[in-house]
Amino acid sequence: MTYLIPALILGGCGILAGVLLTVASKIFYVKVDEKIEKINESLPQANCGACGYAGCGDYAAAIVNDGAETNLCKPGGVDAAGKIAAILGTTAVEVIPTAAVVHCNGNCEATESAFEFDGVQSCKAAKRFYGGSGKCRYGCLGLGDCAEVCDNDAIVIKNGLASVIKSKCGSCGKCVKACPNSLISIRPLAKHIDVLCSSKDNGKLTKMSCKNGCIGCKICEKKCPNGAITVTDFHASINYDLCTNCGICMTACPVKAIHSCVK
Amino acid sequence: MKEMMVILLSAMLTDNFVLAKFMGICPFLGVSKKFDSAFGMGAAVTFVILCATVVTYPIHHGILVPNGLAYLDTVIFILVIALFVQLVEMILKKSIPALYKSLGVYLPLITTNCAVLGSAVLNIDNDYTFIQSIVNSIGAGLGFMLALIIFSGVRKKMEYADIPETFKGVPATLIAASIVSVSFMGFSGLFS
Repeated sequence: MTYLIPALILGGCGILAGVLLTVASKIFYVKVDEKIEKINESLPQANCGACGYAGCGDYAAAIVNDGAETNLCKPGGVDAAGKIAAILGTTAVEVIPTAAVVHCNGNCEATESAFEFDGVQSCKAAKRFYGGSGKCRYGCLGLGDCAEVCDNDAIVIKNGLASVIKSKCGSCGKCVKACPNSLISIRPLAKHIDVLCSSKDNGKLTKMSCKNGCIGCKICEKKCPNGAITVTDFHASINYDLCTNCGICMTACPVKAIHSCVK
Repeated sequence: MKEMMVILLSAMLTDNFVLAKFMGICPFLGVSKKFDSAFGMGAAVTFVILCATVVTYPIHHGILVPNGLAYLDTVIFILVIALFVQLVEMILKKSIPALYKSLGVYLPLITTNCAVLGSAVLNIDNDYTFIQSIVNSIGAGLGFMLALIIFSGVRKKMEYADIPETFKGVPATLIAASIVSVSFMGFSGLFS
């Protein structure tokens, strides 16, 4: 009896509460648009915020209620856009698969440290201390702030240099914001020719600090048949809308600063 | 009547749940950004505290004490509180969706708001009668609402303040909370 009565009382209260809630949930039932739930299910639930909304649920609600674009989900890509279009009964909007790329090739062989950095091991902290410990002020600091924020473990620090594993990248853009040197950008996955240098120093200074640096000679700019390359601040950058992956710039570059990054 | 007023005002001011007893700090910091949501949260908590007291008092004195099961207080009280929180959530979702959205995660968190459980337990501990318990819980709820509303005003002022980078955000909010709390210390001894 010592155990039975308390158990009964507690159980009784529990059942009573359950019944009350069930009744109340019927009375106060709010109709939720079933499209929102379906769209939410077809999203990857990464809640990365790359679409510009607070999370997958928020984006799903925005699609149905505010008519938001259906191709904003970066991790979901073509898959998610297709499913959303099917639910809404519209034609799928084209999704260009994208991936992040680190515009620096200053690995341990190419460049060296100017001094030893003993502080907090993060790129942001290192950057504040005389612009980082590397000889090149613009290059990858290699302490992995980008790898830390990545939800997909798509960034690895190899040989003092961050590199993106394209197959894992969800293009959420967190690393773009995390890099204190703004070395990372999101570009179409199909366009695999990248300038792997962001040094704003002139050719001579760049050459002194890093073997792999772009010296801003403008040969690629002249050779590119599509006019996709422009050299500003002593480094080349590619306009991916015009680039056709021909690779002429790659072979023309005298310092081999342009690479084909397929993986 | 005088006794009731003393209980009500002391629950609101001298023994303010948030600022003197430090209960329910989580929604106090979380929902005090805007006046509207502070008021809504205060009203929701007051409603839950009141309902919880109305139900827990008879349960304690009518069922648990006669059977010598006063030790089940906490468990049953939490069950009752959770029930009312769910009810409030449903009612708000149906009737005031805007408030439901702005309260966000803090609404289900009333379940674990110790101010609610605290007032139910304190009513029993202080040997209040049924009427006194109800007055005390109304006072506790209004006190909670008062603290939230005052603090929402403080935070509005803080938005325009030039705060050093280091203190921006939570640290400044906590310091402001402690200063508001100190100001409530001025009420101590008012009704004793």
